[in-house]
Amino acid sequence: MFKWLDPYAKPQTLFNLLGRWQRVLMPLGWLLLAIGTVWGLGFTPPDYQQGDSYRIIHIHVPAAIWSMGAYSSMAIAAFIALVWQIKVAQWAIGAMAPIGAVFTAIALWTGAAWGEPMWGTWWVWDARLTSELILLFLYLGVIALQNAFSEQATGDKAAAVLALVGVVNLPIIHYSVEWWNTLHQGATITKFAKPSIDPSMLWPLLICIVALGVLFGALVCQRLRTSILRHEQHRPWVRQWAQEQA
Amino acid sequence: MNPRRKQRLFAVSAVLLLLGGAVGGIMYAMSENVDLFYTPSQLVNGLGDEKTKPVVGQRLRIGGMVVKGSVKRDEHSLKVSFDLVDTGPVVTVHYEGILPDLFREGQGIVAQGTLQDATTVNATEVLAKHDENYMPPDLKDAMKDIKHVAPATQGGSN
Repeated sequence: MFKWLDPYAKPQTLFNLLGRWQRVLMPLGWLLLAIGTVWGLGFTPPDYQQGDSYRIIHIHVPAAIWSMGAYSSMAIAAFIALVWQIKVAQWAIGAMAPIGAVFTAIALWTGAAWGEPMWGTWWVWDARLTSELILLFLYLGVIALQNAFSEQATGDKAAAVLALVGVVNLPIIHYSVEWWNTLHQGATITKFAKPSIDPSMLWPLLICIVALGVLFGALVCQRLRTSILRHEQHRPWVRQWAQEQA
Repeated sequence: MNPRRKQRLFAVSAVLLLLGGAVGGIMYAMSENVDLFYTPSQLVNGLGDEKTKPVVGQRLRIGGMVVKGSVKRDEHSLKVSFDLVDTGPVVTVHYEGILPDLFREGQGIVAQGTLQDATTVNATEVLAKHDENYMPPDLKDAMKDIKHVAPATQGGSN
């Protein structure tokens, strides 16, 4: 069924493919991020209600969206790792978790810094904020679990199970603002309706979201390549590759 | 797909499904506890099927729109009182302290405090809720003249 995907389960083939992707994605991601943040933070009109404070949206929303996007990708990798027992899928979990954890931390921190002047509080235990905090703990749990066993294979499997189980938190995060009374407002762009943000503010925001997604891809490529090299360090092809680099 | 993989696929999917169901059930059962605040209607009419009302003296959060013209400030202190409304009943909030920048009449806010009587809350903290709409100020000014007309009520009542 997945015959065309089969060769990429082989670490060496995947290593070379990721290298080609990374060379394109890395500069593209940084370029888009530079355009999006400069445009968003410097050249958009202020908001009618929140003035200039709302500009942090250009960092907060992309980080929050990709904290969940990264978790979804990690859960898919975990599913493949558990069912098909493909080594590179297990390594991919370890490659994605720290990046997702950083995105989540950025989303939480920028959210707190935004909430203090606007809502009047850094933190409130409402459904949206609490479920996003749980997401951070899930990431940290996956990272910790993967390195908690002297037998690497046991740790990989435990981390994969946790990563997969934690996926139930994603719909809770997304729909928390609809299902319950929360201090956090409803969705602005991630809904099946016209975005409730003016086009002059929407475009830089969309660029920032795409940029962070591309950057996530690039960073995963880089981290997964490093992981492949570490796990395969005694293989002849790695030695040969290292000699070519030297 | 070989039988072992099929078995694992089945096991993993079953675990995910059962866990999703379990968490969904728990969240549904707890839904009233997850709410951050009471709305004025919930405070006055009671919550859920059992119509449980909070008792006087209970610490709670109340969230609603500040009624236009209801904000009364004390001239010599930071004492302020205002009314909150959602779809019907009105709840009065008393507060002493600094209000958030976004506080204004017509704004959604969340206040934390103790219930003094059926429709009065003594707040210790007032937070502003803002909506999910973002637009430049000049566009907002232009939209001010557009009157939102309530849909015609058919048969006298709705």
